[in-house]
Amino acid sequence: METLKHLLNLLSDPRISFPILMILFFFIFPPTAWFEKWNKRLHFDRLWTPVGGLVMHGLMLVALVAATLDPNFRLIVTKPDNVPIVILIFGSVYFLWLSMRQARDNDQRLEAGEKPDEYCDPKRRDILVWPDVLYIELIAMILCMAFIIIWSLYLQAPLEQPANPALAPNPAKAPWYFLALQEMLVYFDPWLAGVVFPTLIIVGLIALPYLDSDRAGSGFYSFSRRKLFISLFCFGWLLLWVYLIIVGTFLRGPNWNFFGPFEVWDAHKVVPMNNVNLSELIWIKLLHRPLPNSILLREAVGILGLLGYLFVLPPLLEKSALKRFAGQMGRMRYGLFMFLSLMGLLLPIKMILRWTLSLKYLVSIPGWFNI
Amino acid sequence: MRDDSKIKNETASTDSPTQGCGCGCKCGSRDGVTRLGFITCMVAGWATFTASVGGLGAMLLRFLAPNVDYEPSQSFSAGSPDDYTRGEVSTRWKDKYGVWIVRLEDRIVAVSTVCTHLGCTPNWLETEGKFKCPCHGSGFRKTGDNFEGPAPRPLERFKIWLNDEGGLEINKSIVFRGEKDEWSSPESYVSA
Repeated sequence: METLKHLLNLLSDPRISFPILMILFFFIFPPTAWFEKWNKRLHFDRLWTPVGGLVMHGLMLVALVAATLDPNFRLIVTKPDNVPIVILIFGSVYFLWLSMRQARDNDQRLEAGEKPDEYCDPKRRDILVWPDVLYIELIAMILCMAFIIIWSLYLQAPLEQPANPALAPNPAKAPWYFLALQEMLVYFDPWLAGVVFPTLIIVGLIALPYLDSDRAGSGFYSFSRRKLFISLFCFGWLLLWVYLIIVGTFLRGPNWNFFGPFEVWDAHKVVPMNNVNLSELIWIKLLHRPLPNSILLREAVGILGLLGYLFVLPPLLEKSALKRFAGQMGRMRYGLFMFLSLMGLLLPIKMILRWTLSLKYLVSIPGWFNI
Repeated sequence: MRDDSKIKNETASTDSPTQGCGCGCKCGSRDGVTRLGFITCMVAGWATFTASVGGLGAMLLRFLAPNVDYEPSQSFSAGSPDDYTRGEVSTRWKDKYGVWIVRLEDRIVAVSTVCTHLGCTPNWLETEGKFKCPCHGSGFRKTGDNFEGPAPRPLERFKIWLNDEGGLEINKSIVFRGEKDEWSSPESYVSA
């Protein structure tokens, strides 16, 4: 039992679990035909069958109950703030399964030359947005509100001492739904992680239906007809948002260090971490020279690298690997799509650079701009 | 419905009393609403609206001034230099003034307790010999230099000097930033 806990503590460390999940993700939600082939070959699509759903939810439930037996995990999971996160985890998996099951059914029907289920079932064929769908949403909204009101009456809000600016709780955690933002702040400058990225997330979500203008999968649940967009959306939602909320809740402890889910929150845990900027890595470690006085020269590699990543890479890919895709999308759509995707990918890239090279900033001009 | 010409006629003959006027004035009426009554209602309505918006606005403005003025004095005396041992980080003034007095090898400096990343208050960890922020994990050395986590620049230092009696005085309104090479300024430290 202890060895299992120890193993889980080790595996859950984001430095290990994030790369594993990131690779696994693209086989479970294949963005391209090649990944889809492997998805079928590894039978990951069986996750979306009724049996797969039962197994998934059963395992999650058993894991939660078993983990709650551990006193350290129980301390975290029973905190009133953290109850919604458990609901979030189960809720996301359930609704993901629900839609993916219908998508899988339809994909199989389409492959067999049949029409999607929505076209055959008269109950599902003739649904109008108004009033059918909107009424359901309205009722769901009211029920949710009622549930939250009743729940908030029963859940005791912690009453603490009067606020003292000189005293920050250790760890100081954001509300649960903002924990992914707080996690981004570990890797980026406040104005990027707190202003630019949230704006881009909202703009990107709004832009999504305009970017994916392909009518092939319109009007019914389907994965294979629009796999790239579903895969990328789920990557952002599941890995860059839900996963980071889970990390922020269960794996971040005192001094914002990583702790395993069954580890004691020791405020004196020593984690050696000496972060350096890219300029220091290049000039001092690689070229064995002092940092140049000119800021532009000092940060040249970082600035050029970033500009190249954001503005040279998309046209290059447009001419080579993504030629067909770019042709289908059209110039404007392709440009916006690449910009949003590359900005989103900056987060995992930066996380991995921090963990491997303990890189602080790619471009660091203190007081002006850090990225 | 009456047409406009008829209404004009009625307003022209101001002397003749007309029927159905609620407010007792001599104006024409239409479905129980008179001209004057309409204007009275409009004035009263707008006055009420303006008063409530103004009142709400005033209440909002009132909120800008805090009930409790927490702000402690920007300058204070921190006792004699001998109160601080060499190599010590004193947390004595942290709660009251937001300052750590750090006695380095050859000088005493006053370090700000505000993290340069997003403004949380870091903790001084004696055993590890570093300041560590509980919000995003920024770490600072005893000197205030940032070396881990996302903080982009060192902790700020405040103006510190010896008064005539030989006691330490600190003025928080004058700030010295390490990344601008301001720490070499003689006002940013006291040799001891």
